[in-house]
Amino acid sequence: MAKILLEMKNITKTFPGVKALDNVNLQVEEGEIHALVGENGAGKSTLMNVLSGIYPYGTYEGDIIYNGQVCKFSNIKDSEKLGIVIIHQELALVPEMTIGENMYLGNERGHSFAINWNQTYAEADKYLKMVGLEESSKIQVKTIGTGKQQLVEIAKALAKKAKLLILDEPTSSLNEEDSRALLDLMLSFKKQGMTMIIISHKLNEVSYVADKITVIRDGSTIETIDNQGKEPVSEERIIKGMVGREITNRFPKRENVKIGPVRMEVDHWTVHHPLYPERKVVDDVSMYVRQGEVVGIYGLMGAGRTELAMSIFGQSYGVNFSGELKLDGKHIKLRKSEADAIKHKIAYVTEDRKGNGLVLSQSIKVNTSLANLGAISKNTVIDGDKEYAVAEEYRDKLKIKTPSVEQLVGNLSGGNQQKVLLAKWMFAEPDILLLDEPTRGIDVGAKYEIYCIINDLAAAGKCVVLISSELPEVLGMSDRIYIMNEAKIIGEMKASEATQENIMAAILRSGRGA
Amino acid sequence: MSEKSVKKSFLQDFKPGEFFRKYTMIIALVVVTIVFALWPGKKGLILQPANVTGLIAENAYVFVLATGMLLCILTGGNIDLSVGSVVCFAAAIGCVMMAGGVSMWLAVAVMLAIGLAIGAFQGFWIAKVRVPAFIATLAGMYAFRGFSNVVLNGYRVDITNEKFLMLFGNGKTSYIPDVIRQNSESLNAAFSKDNAFLTGLIGQNFVAKFNLTCMCIGIVGALIFVLLRVRKMSVEKKLGISQAIPGQIVSTVVIAVLVLWVSFKLSCYRGFPMVLIWIGLVLGIYAYVTNKTAIGRHLYAVGGNEKATALSGVKTRNVYWFAYANIGLLAGLAGILTAGRAKGIDPVYGEGYEMDAIASCFIGGASAYGGTGKVSGMIIGAILMGVINKGMIIVGVDANYQKVVKGIVLLIAVMFDVLSKRQKR
Repeated sequence: MAKILLEMKNITKTFPGVKALDNVNLQVEEGEIHALVGENGAGKSTLMNVLSGIYPYGTYEGDIIYNGQVCKFSNIKDSEKLGIVIIHQELALVPEMTIGENMYLGNERGHSFAINWNQTYAEADKYLKMVGLEESSKIQVKTIGTGKQQLVEIAKALAKKAKLLILDEPTSSLNEEDSRALLDLMLSFKKQGMTMIIISHKLNEVSYVADKITVIRDGSTIETIDNQGKEPVSEERIIKGMVGREITNRFPKRENVKIGPVRMEVDHWTVHHPLYPERKVVDDVSMYVRQGEVVGIYGLMGAGRTELAMSIFGQSYGVNFSGELKLDGKHIKLRKSEADAIKHKIAYVTEDRKGNGLVLSQSIKVNTSLANLGAISKNTVIDGDKEYAVAEEYRDKLKIKTPSVEQLVGNLSGGNQQKVLLAKWMFAEPDILLLDEPTRGIDVGAKYEIYCIINDLAAAGKCVVLISSELPEVLGMSDRIYIMNEAKIIGEMKASEATQENIMAAILRSGRGA
Repeated sequence: MSEKSVKKSFLQDFKPGEFFRKYTMIIALVVVTIVFALWPGKKGLILQPANVTGLIAENAYVFVLATGMLLCILTGGNIDLSVGSVVCFAAAIGCVMMAGGVSMWLAVAVMLAIGLAIGAFQGFWIAKVRVPAFIATLAGMYAFRGFSNVVLNGYRVDITNEKFLMLFGNGKTSYIPDVIRQNSESLNAAFSKDNAFLTGLIGQNFVAKFNLTCMCIGIVGALIFVLLRVRKMSVEKKLGISQAIPGQIVSTVVIAVLVLWVSFKLSCYRGFPMVLIWIGLVLGIYAYVTNKTAIGRHLYAVGGNEKATALSGVKTRNVYWFAYANIGLLAGLAGILTAGRAKGIDPVYGEGYEMDAIASCFIGGASAYGGTGKVSGMIIGAILMGVINKGMIIVGVDANYQKVVKGIVLLIAVMFDVLSKRQKR
């Protein structure tokens, strides 16, 4: 048995109100590729942030033992000094700077007051060759594609003399070909003795490249699967570990299910990326929602769910739209205007409540009325008493826990913030609600309350589109489920037919076929 | 409830830390005023009626410009560097027109229109083309300073129009005449040095000239203010949002007393200055706009979170446009007041006005990132700057050091703001 390079022992990490990691154990042998798998929010990235010192020693419990030594990293520099280098999911390159400048950013060659550019570019070129890039390190990063940018990230890591390389979703923004090239590069590094940890949602890639697979679920390590046998571990085997939780009463029962006629219909809906107009973020999607129905849209991150919802909501995302939107069977003339969408009684409740949803520096009252100020004002003058009454009404209805509706939203917990966001859109009185990850990052109790609100909305005859990357949530809440992958809708199932396994299998099938 | 328990709950509600955080700048203002008032050798000089009147007249442009600036800052810490030049340019056109015999009202309308047009023009680049506000208005600052020189040919142009000077200026005529004393012989007769009661109340030096109309305006104003605050508090209590009542009562009393005190001082000098009408109108209108109207709400929302606001169906670009067109309009008004006070316009007038306006907003608690800040805070900021300026002149601080002190005050004020916000988290 090879030497254990890294051991993480009983790591526990709590954020205010949430236990992100609970006694996680991880052993990585020298020279192996170790995969970490788990659903969104299971704690994979948190674990890697602990390892790399982003969460410094003292903010977590447990020990990191690297090369036989207990490590107490206080920042990323400390872990990099020992050769632990992390490559994050989002590319961390400065587009306007050259490849060489990027590779040695914060790690400049020569003296910090007199950078040695010759050495910089010579060394950069050497590492670029190692990752199979022919480009000169003197060209700007923005001139090369995402696939090559990912390779530059790896070259950058190599330049830091990495011994343990951590790749967080390295292929999430790459196409099939680039992904395969990257995985093969990993295998060739392994032959040279490099140790790697890969975090990935794409299980086919994991079973192709990894020697061992550790499954994390809800902040705990579930199992470590050996993948060195003759036959690679089947994806079904990994999925079982990932989703194998028991569901008891996490979702309130739907009552008064009265599904009416089709209210909203989308036909051949195609949307392109705003910065890379050649890339389709929503590809020929057709779907419909009926009155009183909860329609789930399930897909992994980056599948195009948010893009679909936002593009329906007044084209608030994307460019070069094509396709048709019908409300109550009538064709709607498309315009790039959120106000227009609200007028058509469509609401989009964002997944990013802090970034896109709420004005944190303002009160609950102000946030509640923001999308429908017209209803509480006369000739654009706001009726303060009426506004207050409305905010109070929704505070009661949604059980927002706060001493007063004058409380700043920034001071509320995540669950209460989410309720304020819902209140805002319920007050806009929409018929169609597009809920994007309405329970992300909030605790179980608040989740349950939000599920109840969703059920009430449906019972009141609203159409609810529930977008989620949590499979149990989609299964537990929806009447019908669309499955999205790589910008397309790849399947539609009735809730009664859908199971975790067959949804995952559908995604994997489509991924392989592409 | 017995009186004792009322008093007790009043004191329990009173949280000194919160009170000081909320009213830091009012307290600073009081402290600074007291320091200057007690300055050895210059005792009480800053509180002299002439100085109080002067404080208002000299800072008229600051109040007007800072109001416009506050709206821009609310949208996300954006500032308008061009206002000083726009003030000069608008005033230059108006003065040249009046010197050419154009009617005063037409000149006033043109000055406001020019300000608005320039604001809308700059707003176009900022809102629609998305040129950074700093750069678009920096360009305006150079360009309109240049245009002012062109219009004025490099020379000063004087204003001779008496009516204009009366309405917008700062001369002996630019005060509301004392209609009460003029129309009542008996009242007028009462105000003499022989009347022991009034002499004791007002002071020997001022009693003969005491402007009764001005004092009445002040009393009515204070009463209206108190009534509005009481109504607001009672409504809030009915709704169950009785937050920080003690603080509100204290601040209501303090402000009412301040209003009475200022109007008393004004009455002792020449009465109610015309410029105070314009300042009052601007401050009143914009306090209302920011508090009570949809566009006001949109300004705060855009500064707080532009994306969320856009996704709420608000046309955020139009909000920017509004803010910049508006500050242009107010720069036009400030141009009128500046020309009125100086009885003419010189090509260098208005230099640095933008900085006074910006400083007033930040000292008054506006966030440099946008989204928070109030007209009331800005007023305190502007007065604080004014008092410090005036006080330093009175106690004879060297002109160069005056700027140093202003800089330090700005830094300390913003530091307080940043620190108090950090503690809250």
